[in-house]
Amino acid sequence: MSVTLRVNGKSHTVDVEGSTPLLYVLRNDLGLQGPRFGCGLGQCGACTVIINGAATRSCILPASAVKGEITTLEGLAKNGELHPLQKAWIAEQVPQCGFCQNGQIMTAKALLDKNPKPTEAQIRDGMKGVLCRCMTYYRVQAAIKRAAKGGVA
Amino acid sequence: MTPANGIPQHVEDALSRRNLLKSAGMLVVSFAGFSGRPANSQPAAGPYPDVDYHQLDSWIVIHDDGSATFYVGKTDCGQGTGTSFRQLMADELDLAYDKTTCIMGSTDITVDQGGSGGSTAMERDSWPMRRAAAEARRVLLHMGAERLGVPADQLAVSAGVITVKNDPSKNVTYGQLIGGRKFNVTLTGNNIYTVTGQAPVKPVQELKNVGLSPQRYDIPAKVDGSLKWAVDMRLPGMVHARNVKPPFAGAKLLNIDESSVRSLPGFIRVITKGNYVAVVCEREEQAINASRALKVNWEKPATAPFPSSENLFQYMREVKPTSRSKPILVGDPESAFANAPKVIEADYDIPFQGHTAFSPAHAMADPSNGQMTVYSNDMKSYGMRRGVADFLGMPREKVRVVWMEGPQGYGRTAADDAGCEAAYIAKEIGRPVRVQWMRDEETAWDTKAPAFAVKLKGALDSTGNLVAFDYDARAADYNHVGYNEPDTVLIAQLMGIRRAKPAEGSAATPGEVYAIPHRRMSMHVVSLPLIWETPLRTGNLRDPNGPQSTFASESFIDELAAAANADPFEFRMKMLTASKADDSGFRRARSIAALKAAAETYGWDRRPSPKPRGRGDVLTGRGIAYAFRGQTVVAEIAEVEVNVRTGKVWVKRLVAAHDCGLVVNPGSLRRTVECAMLHSLSRALHEEVQFDAERVTSVDWNSHPTLTHTDVPEEINVVLVNGDPNPSRPDLPPYGAGEAACKPMLAAVGNAIFDATGIRLRRVPFRANRVLAALKTARA
Repeated sequence: MSVTLRVNGKSHTVDVEGSTPLLYVLRNDLGLQGPRFGCGLGQCGACTVIINGAATRSCILPASAVKGEITTLEGLAKNGELHPLQKAWIAEQVPQCGFCQNGQIMTAKALLDKNPKPTEAQIRDGMKGVLCRCMTYYRVQAAIKRAAKGGVA
Repeated sequence: MTPANGIPQHVEDALSRRNLLKSAGMLVVSFAGFSGRPANSQPAAGPYPDVDYHQLDSWIVIHDDGSATFYVGKTDCGQGTGTSFRQLMADELDLAYDKTTCIMGSTDITVDQGGSGGSTAMERDSWPMRRAAAEARRVLLHMGAERLGVPADQLAVSAGVITVKNDPSKNVTYGQLIGGRKFNVTLTGNNIYTVTGQAPVKPVQELKNVGLSPQRYDIPAKVDGSLKWAVDMRLPGMVHARNVKPPFAGAKLLNIDESSVRSLPGFIRVITKGNYVAVVCEREEQAINASRALKVNWEKPATAPFPSSENLFQYMREVKPTSRSKPILVGDPESAFANAPKVIEADYDIPFQGHTAFSPAHAMADPSNGQMTVYSNDMKSYGMRRGVADFLGMPREKVRVVWMEGPQGYGRTAADDAGCEAAYIAKEIGRPVRVQWMRDEETAWDTKAPAFAVKLKGALDSTGNLVAFDYDARAADYNHVGYNEPDTVLIAQLMGIRRAKPAEGSAATPGEVYAIPHRRMSMHVVSLPLIWETPLRTGNLRDPNGPQSTFASESFIDELAAAANADPFEFRMKMLTASKADDSGFRRARSIAALKAAAETYGWDRRPSPKPRGRGDVLTGRGIAYAFRGQTVVAEIAEVEVNVRTGKVWVKRLVAAHDCGLVVNPGSLRRTVECAMLHSLSRALHEEVQFDAERVTSVDWNSHPTLTHTDVPEEINVVLVNGDPNPSRPDLPPYGAGEAACKPMLAAVGNAIFDATGIRLRRVPFRANRVLAALKTARA
């Protein structure tokens, strides 16, 4: 079937089975590299995109069920300038391998958009479903706090 | 192709491209393609002979603008080794760090340094890089002397500019000197570890970038989504494959009903040989659906492949070992035990723990031009190249592995399976194929850290000194399959290929230098009934045996300290200071310094454990443990909160004092140590591979849980101890970092739980239900 998606401000129409998870359309049809496969079960967060402001697991969401604007990691920078979270990520040198960081950043973005000044407990709770096997959690939390303070220096 | 002189094509490309790039003003940015491979270079058609490490040009290319590209045979698993290599090589070359780039780990364009493993990046493999850079500097200086008409000893070099010392107006840059020419310098040395030019490396005092913490160059592209990972590699005509694994360990394939998938959209072919089965489809989701729909009849094995995880340790203690090392004997432990006033004994158990990489194994293979290119995140890309070539029966020069970034290595991608699978299928169907394992497949079938059952015995004299120590370890590590070998990789096993003699495997001794008058240390390897085609394959997981052996020994040392009514820090210090003997790396002195630094940083209060039982639901305690790995010593302290109502353990604070000799990039090192500690904390609190007598039942993040954001300590302090109190000690070289910090954590946490609760937990992970059960048993 024909599925039309609005991704990072642009419309795309693809011809896929309606049940195809959004992740595979984003990656294999639209050539995006931010969202990645980690579990296919919605358990790890590697595939996270933001749909209408909510951090969403694209590996278990049928492409045909998407209603609304999709933002991927590639869509965070505006006019060539990185998003404050991305700047904070570089300042804190967060990633080890970096494979999970799409999910960390996108989930943090949705978290801060709803709650710009989260408490320590709110950060832990809001991020708890996003896994990292290099265990960069401490740095991820530091970067979120840094971005929430508005500082990147 | 690579010319007969062994200088690889990329050098020719770089040199012939330079004028074009110079005019476009994009010399450096042109190196922003995947793996740092030149973005505008066409994939070479092959063949792909070995890159000659004896050619200086294989290591370093200097461009017209004076910038340099370093080509190294290592892979960066996320610890920032590439950045550190640039620091070291820039220092030896006398070039500014930001005028350098580093290309890593692709077998056709970089020398074979084996990729990564064993925390050898700085300790072993940075040396030939440094010597190559030093030699390049020497040759350039010689060229500068000729150009300027002044003897080399009257020249100074700084940031790639050679200047006449007493007339700075006379100068020439590296870019001007090498001017489109190759070095054409042949290095000497019998192997890649000893390769060298004529120039010596600099003394440590002259290294300027070393000791600084430039930001990792790979991070921006990982944060903005622009990095092309191995999972992102696509070629025209590429198709997707998914494996169908046996539903029972040791199952035999009876037949496949291909009609169950033939009409599915995109179906191309079922690939099968022996017990190996994969389905190939045009699109990724089609391959996933078809692999699940394919009807395969399997026959269960006649006997159980392994005991259930519940019965594992009993089995390991009773079964006859497959091998035993000659015990390490000091003094006369037998009579020391017989005569000691106090002897205590304990058994420690460590289950199989998985890599459970964040992304399952994956690779893309392209069979074009009669060659085989594998795009892979394999940390030992050179080993994969040999494995793929031998498995397919292709000459090695027709095979290359292009290394690209992927999820954490830690040993899994040294034996990552998907490369051989993708190459096999690509050869069968003649099209580029991408293979990726699914989550359940990866968690159940990845390589595992061996389970350990350790028996310990200690004797205290009347004043509480440890006089005899007996350590007896059994590791379920028979047929250890740590590498991509053509006769042990899983696809080969499933196809019925058997190595005549399985790897013996190993148990380990604890890494400490305590002066104990009498000791015996015995190491045994045991085997599970099923040896081949088993999901309980053991491989290398980040210091393969260290966390297990150290959990047992450093927890038991804590038990002995408690039995002697001694402070756990002082008990250890007494055994470290009881002898003055040391090795050439001052390991004993540095162990003392590390323990002291950890205790000082934490604010250690000296008293025996456990502390008087607190009131309320949450009890707090602190535990210490120490270990060395090679010449790297690390002491760690964990402060815990134990909720006695729920059994939940939260590690509130972690301290590490870490000495790995010369520190190249302190920022990268701190983060590496921090993350290594948390990785081991995850093994202490959560991780265990569970199985029944038919199959592994840990198949996802619920059934094989990991550390999450909610577990993270409130505070982590990493102290880089670089030196000991010995003023006459020579400068230390860099030793390995990464794996050492994984060792002491399990014991530090267990010791802290004992301090808080008085309960000694002798089995990891300390999951809430197990802690609660132990608390209840103690109360009863």
